[in-house]
Amino acid sequence: MPINYYIILSITLFCIGIVGVLTRRNAIIVFMCIELMLNAVNLLMVAFSKMHHLKNAAINASAGSEGQLFVFFIMVVAAAEVSVGLAIIVMLYRNTHSVDINFLNRLKH
Amino acid sequence: MNALIVAAILGVVMMFAGIITKQKSSIRLLAIAGLIVVLFANVLDTYGFHFFSIPLNGMLHFDKLSYFFTSIVLACTLIFFLLSAKDLEKVGFHYSEYFALIFFILCGIILVSAFGSLLILFLGIEIISIPLYILTGSDKKNLRSNEASLKYFLLGAFSTGLMLMGITMFYGSTGSFSILNSINVGAEPSAMLIVSVLLLVFSMSFKVSAAPFHFWTPDVYDGAPTVITSFMATIAKAAAFIAFIRLFYLGFGNIQSSWQWVIAVITAITLIIGNLTAVFQQSVKRMLAYSSIAQVGFMMMAILSLNTFSIEGILLYTAAYSIATLGIFSVLAKMKDYSFEAFNGFAKHQPIVAFSMTVFLLSLAGIPLTAGFLSKFYMLKSVMLTEKFLWLIILAVLMAAVSIYYYFRLIQVMYFKEGVEPAIEISSSFKWLLVVLAALVILLGIYPQLLFNWFYF
Repeated sequence: MPINYYIILSITLFCIGIVGVLTRRNAIIVFMCIELMLNAVNLLMVAFSKMHHLKNAAINASAGSEGQLFVFFIMVVAAAEVSVGLAIIVMLYRNTHSVDINFLNRLKH
Repeated sequence: MNALIVAAILGVVMMFAGIITKQKSSIRLLAIAGLIVVLFANVLDTYGFHFFSIPLNGMLHFDKLSYFFTSIVLACTLIFFLLSAKDLEKVGFHYSEYFALIFFILCGIILVSAFGSLLILFLGIEIISIPLYILTGSDKKNLRSNEASLKYFLLGAFSTGLMLMGITMFYGSTGSFSILNSINVGAEPSAMLIVSVLLLVFSMSFKVSAAPFHFWTPDVYDGAPTVITSFMATIAKAAAFIAFIRLFYLGFGNIQSSWQWVIAVITAITLIIGNLTAVFQQSVKRMLAYSSIAQVGFMMMAILSLNTFSIEGILLYTAAYSIATLGIFSVLAKMKDYSFEAFNGFAKHQPIVAFSMTVFLLSLAGIPLTAGFLSKFYMLKSVMLTEKFLWLIILAVLMAAVSIYYYFRLIQVMYFKEGVEPAIEISSSFKWLLVVLAALVILLGIYPQLLFNWFYF
């Protein structure tokens, strides 16, 4: 399967994530959209890794493995970010009983 | 490498120090002593004395720039600890954990100042950001702090997503994560590479808060506890900046013509928005947030020009800006009220503190004889050497003139207005430390070779 399909699929997912972050008002859903962006990146990273492997396998048997390694790092960092982010959302919910982002405009004035 | 490992160990030590002792003064002493050890380890590293020999495989690439920048950041953090560590007590109950988080942030800073692979850039930026989200929200009952932390978190994670997409595109077009020698000289960059560079520009602009990606900055800096803001606005920002300049100096220097105009536009917008909005602020804290955006506009000129002048200049700039801003914020952290009126007649009641604050403000405004003037001069000269962006230099000088208005407003309020005595406790050691910092700002402004001789030793 040509690489183009993977690129189009991940760019689509990534854009859905961006649109979600910019338009949705619920903090949890915004958060899910950010995760969607990260996972679109993971998908593309694996696709590129495979592509580089097929291109360079004759010269270097382990070509393309670094892309897959990167995916693990993204997953680990995303997990760390989720734990901190959910803690922040819970902390906010305790004080305001809402997770609506529109509620967050006290700092403007 | 020494400093990285020692700082990571100290982070863990500080986490456990909170269990062993409840005495705040001993925790503070431990943190300050630990930081001195890290600084010492880094200086030893600079002179070729390595504690550890670890094969890095091009992941990290320590050079003079990274060692020197790490030393500057560690020295600024030491200043921050000496000035404001006591005010950190007011933030919340978990005193030693705040120090632990700051040590982890220092690890991230050392990573981004020495990265050779985009993987380390990503990890370093995240190691800086995640503890900062926590520190921003550390005042748990305060709604403003909560709000700032959520805002910072959502936008930070969003920009991380953009950055990862940029890194992936880079990988797709070059087949490697290494920034050194990945892009061939003279070759026409592919469309994918250009998209990747643009995404990296946007995400790094988010991190250093350059306009039009700056909108989170005033809210977050205003909402976060003031002590944390002073750390965020100086040390964390300088680190994000050095990552930015390193990425473009080592990685994308070969294809400068394809991204230079984007940086020029971002610089111009940052200068205009930062300076003009700062004029209308009623709170000193918010004014400093906008002033930090305005200063980023000047620092962006180093990325625009990318020559030896800009590298020297950015080091001087980060040092001058960090010292001056840390000084002002340390006084602000002791105040109850952050409005300009709170500083009415400040010079009468606290003459020494007011004098050193005046020196810091003059330095930020770029008045000659201070380090701020010389660093702005270096930035303008480096752009002048490219012989392309004369309009930007004119704009920058005009905007520096605008900045004088809001910096001098604070000086005018302190010296020429009558006011009641502000209820703040200022110890004499704090006063003298401020005077030493003010002397340092002037010394760097007269004799910058002090810094550079060490760089080129």
